[in-house]
Amino acid sequence: MPQLSQETKHKISLTLNGKEMSGYAEPRMLLSDFLRQEMALQGVHVACEHGVCGACTVQLDGKAVRSCLTFAVQAEGRKVDTVESLAANDGELSDLQKAFRKHHGLQCGFCTPGILMSVEAYLDVNPKPNEEEVRDMLSGHLCRCTGYTGMVRAVLDVVEQRNGG
Amino acid sequence: MKPSSFDYIRAESLDHVLTCLAEHGDDARILAGGQSMVAMMNFRLVEPNYLIDISTLDELNEIKLDGGVVEISAAVTQAKLMAWPDLGTHLPLLVDALPNVGHFQTRAKGTFCGSIAHSDPSSEQPLCFAVLGGEAVLQSKRGKRVVPAAEFQTGLLATARQEDEILTSVRLPVQKSGSGHAFEEVTRRRGDFAIVSVAAIADGENVRVGIGGVADRPEIRDWEAIADSDLDDALNTLAWELGGDDDIHATAKYRRQLVRRIGRRVIEEARKCRS
Repeated sequence: MPQLSQETKHKISLTLNGKEMSGYAEPRMLLSDFLRQEMALQGVHVACEHGVCGACTVQLDGKAVRSCLTFAVQAEGRKVDTVESLAANDGELSDLQKAFRKHHGLQCGFCTPGILMSVEAYLDVNPKPNEEEVRDMLSGHLCRCTGYTGMVRAVLDVVEQRNGG
Repeated sequence: MKPSSFDYIRAESLDHVLTCLAEHGDDARILAGGQSMVAMMNFRLVEPNYLIDISTLDELNEIKLDGGVVEISAAVTQAKLMAWPDLGTHLPLLVDALPNVGHFQTRAKGTFCGSIAHSDPSSEQPLCFAVLGGEAVLQSKRGKRVVPAAEFQTGLLATARQEDEILTSVRLPVQKSGSGHAFEEVTRRRGDFAIVSVAAIADGENVRVGIGGVADRPEIRDWEAIADSDLDDALNTLAWELGGDDDIHATAKYRRQLVRRIGRRVIEEARKCRS
């Protein structure tokens, strides 16, 4: 697909949360809107829409990215994971989600899906971060109610668990 | 907060990019990381008719070291550059500066060359490019030309790039052995654009200092054999020469104060890490 016209919707095929899926998007459609409106994944939260707040963060080929600064057409043939991929099919929360609950890492929860996807991608490249590194990584997300202390505790708890603590 | 319509072109090769730029010129924009441009498109500050996506183009995703020069091509992300094992050996200034560029999540897509092409006066990368005395490699159907950093950025979000050209790579000379470097910036929040950023290279008794965030582009000064006791006067003169304005982030007076205080600290730090 070298050139996609602005006039029409184009078929986008991707591996979404482990499944082969497809939907339709005009070139100008943001990945965040595509995931919410076309793919019905409302766990992708949209707030600032200019890359500052981090609520819409998803994983593109395993890397944490802002879905509001990515076009849906860019996801063609690629792997996208959203917060819906974390819990097991029977609804059991992942270790990271459980830790956020245990340590009060959320209050209203609006920023949480983006943060969880960020943390998973970050622990992939840095499996044993210290507190300062965790705080630096969380600086890419805005939380306006809980604050960050519970989140830092939750991430460090998961780091310890995954490293056999 | 949604971009206006455009035709999306996924670049198949550099030649394909050059053909599209020759045809569409200013009507087209290059999409590399999109961490500044897509935000501007969402605000409709930028409304291209054609978007040429180079983010998945392998031939523009290389970091090469050749004869004392590191060449970083257009699709190389900040995350990839930070993970390059030789960065600390050849470009230690970037080891200090790059963690200040946005956040982990934006560096996964944001590109080094994209930031230089975007040329925000508060961004860390154009400042490092200017302080290191790099070169911009521009290509078009008409050919290839190399522009020194001092002539590349011409003002606020303005560069010497012509409308049919793409910044294919940036060349940075490796840091001279024995020289010292330092970088520091002040921001309102972690990862924000700098209110003032300072980078310095100390070589023997000479100092090259660059200031970002105040003038409409990074400003560089070379001070030969300057004594520590003369630094305050030199920085004060520089702070006034930069002509900063009051804005919502800081007053001009505060910016001058930062240039004097951080400037001194960064130069001292650069001198300390000479070997």
